[in-house]
Amino acid sequence: MAATELDNDATLERILAEHAGMEGPLLPILHAVQETVGHISPAHVARIARALNLARAEVHGVVSFYHYFRQHDPGRHVVHVCRAEACQAMQGEQTEQHAKRELGVDYGGTSADGLFTLEAVYCLGNCAAAPSVMVDEKLYGRVTPERLTAILADWRSR
Amino acid sequence: MAVRIYISRDAAAQALGADETTAALQLAAASKGTSITLTRVGSRGMVWLEPLVEVENASGQRIAYGPVTADDVPGLVKAGLFGAAPHSLRLGRVEDMPWFAKQERLTFARVGVIDPVSIDDYVAHGGYAGLRRALGMTSAEIVHEVLESGLRGRGGAAFPTGIKWRTVLEQDSSRKYVVCNADEGDSGTFSDRMLMEGDPLCLIEGMTIAGIAVGATKGYIYLRCEYPHAGHALREAIAAARARGYLGADVCGSGKAFELEVRMGAGAYICGEETALLESLEGKRAEVRYRPPLPAIKGLFGEPTIINNVISLGSVPIILARGAAYYREFGMGRSRGTLPIQLAGNLQRGGLVEKAFGVTLRELLYDFGGGSASGRPIRAVQVGGPLGAYLPESQFDTPLDYEAFTAIGALVGHGGIVAFDDTVDMARMARYAMEFCAVESCGKCTPCRIGSTRGVEVIDRILQGVEKQANLVQLESLCETMQHGSLCGLGGMTPFPVMSAVRHFPGDFSRDR
Repeated sequence: MAATELDNDATLERILAEHAGMEGPLLPILHAVQETVGHISPAHVARIARALNLARAEVHGVVSFYHYFRQHDPGRHVVHVCRAEACQAMQGEQTEQHAKRELGVDYGGTSADGLFTLEAVYCLGNCAAAPSVMVDEKLYGRVTPERLTAILADWRSR
Repeated sequence: MAVRIYISRDAAAQALGADETTAALQLAAASKGTSITLTRVGSRGMVWLEPLVEVENASGQRIAYGPVTADDVPGLVKAGLFGAAPHSLRLGRVEDMPWFAKQERLTFARVGVIDPVSIDDYVAHGGYAGLRRALGMTSAEIVHEVLESGLRGRGGAAFPTGIKWRTVLEQDSSRKYVVCNADEGDSGTFSDRMLMEGDPLCLIEGMTIAGIAVGATKGYIYLRCEYPHAGHALREAIAAARARGYLGADVCGSGKAFELEVRMGAGAYICGEETALLESLEGKRAEVRYRPPLPAIKGLFGEPTIINNVISLGSVPIILARGAAYYREFGMGRSRGTLPIQLAGNLQRGGLVEKAFGVTLRELLYDFGGGSASGRPIRAVQVGGPLGAYLPESQFDTPLDYEAFTAIGALVGHGGIVAFDDTVDMARMARYAMEFCAVESCGKCTPCRIGSTRGVEVIDRILQGVEKQANLVQLESLCETMQHGSLCGLGGMTPFPVMSAVRHFPGDFSRDR
């Protein structure tokens, strides 16, 4: 396999070194790559596969299996809207629809201004204060459409 | 002397503004010149009263106020909050509130009370008494104690925890693991999260006892990535335990080693299934394993592995500290001890209630939950997560007991209860159950992978009024195939919510739309 630019990527090499000797290191490595780089590219996959003595297909298979891992950069913030039952019981579908309208995208999409990527999530564990939304790592409860508008405005102004 | 104030750091409290309230309180105290000592604790479980603020009065009692938003703070402080003065938001002592007083808090005794990551607080409130006692016992004695307590897997499968432990103990291997299943993906459940955020040392102690009992020196907590707050609390608590010798090469000077690591999931509901979780820990696609072999015999990296849910492991410290007999006095029938029940969805007073098994759904929904949040009649409740049956009002008198729930074709599961009012469309909920299964199926077995997608299509035809009767027959047959032909509970139990909706709410499927 031809060497790619990313083979020399210092960040990736550092991450690989940090995880050397770890049991079952693949998920922690993928988390670290996504956290620092923002996404996991085919070049990352190739380099990680070589470091762990796995086939590229095996690593790609893991990246594509899990909802959380992404192969392209998201918007500046990721908005997770809960679709699960407890949120539905509190009119969460209205919040979902509102999020799609306000950001002008469906799940998986990024708003035109590049600020927000919208993702569906199945339970944020905030079911006694439904509907729930999480922006990056900040969790919000009782998110009505009006409250969602205010939350997004707050993030836009940051 | 500084005024002692307690505010929750629980994710649910933060979601309702606890951080903003904390900042407002600090600001108000500074401008008033009052010295305060503010401790962030877990949540007492009364989510409808979050952000809950507790102020210690002159006699050392913690007086609660709630819900206190940042906007309420100036008025409260003016009224004399720092002196625990009367106010319309003043609730009195949490322990005196009926909602709290009626509970039996064993596993959650410290949650909301102590600083979650303080070893001193933990020990002062009975923490590590279980481990101390375990260190003076033989492996067989510890396992016997857990077996005798009657503890069954709180993750949902209700398998006796002691039997898992005994099987691992019996294996002759130099390498064994303790794995905590903290992939709490069921909608309507959050007890794992609350324990990990509010009393992470309780889980850490339970895992340490498990390791000492079966001769495992390494433990992993597999935490879902949707729970970043719990991850922070766990890592802080592990570091604190390690610094004080409760984890490491020589646990409490016993000469026995036990180390613990948090591993993050990556958004896959299937990881709640224990063999899929083990695959994921090993760095693979989380596809369910065939069994046998059981994880207790060949688990993580092919070695004997205890794999238990957060609440199962979190119940171990009190069992060891107080003895099996104490724990098994609670409960009914073969469901011994207590269950942290989560009241969620359309309820006025949602939150966490820890009760001995035997409490009825009706008591939980109305006495604790206060009825629906919307004020409309409660029409259906789903117990036990997305794979749990939907129950109509006629079944609300069923006691929470594994066997009683099995008898009505339902499951207690992880103790989550989601209430819906009469605006719910049960045919749409059935469709959602199939859709969820399709999204989260690991893809290994056909009934689950294909059946769930076909299920969505069949229900869509019913909703569109296309050959309703024939499609209802088709749906039932499909559910039967999924139930009996799937490798694990995801495909095998998705028929529970679907068919219970059809059986108990047939009108939602037959009416014209």
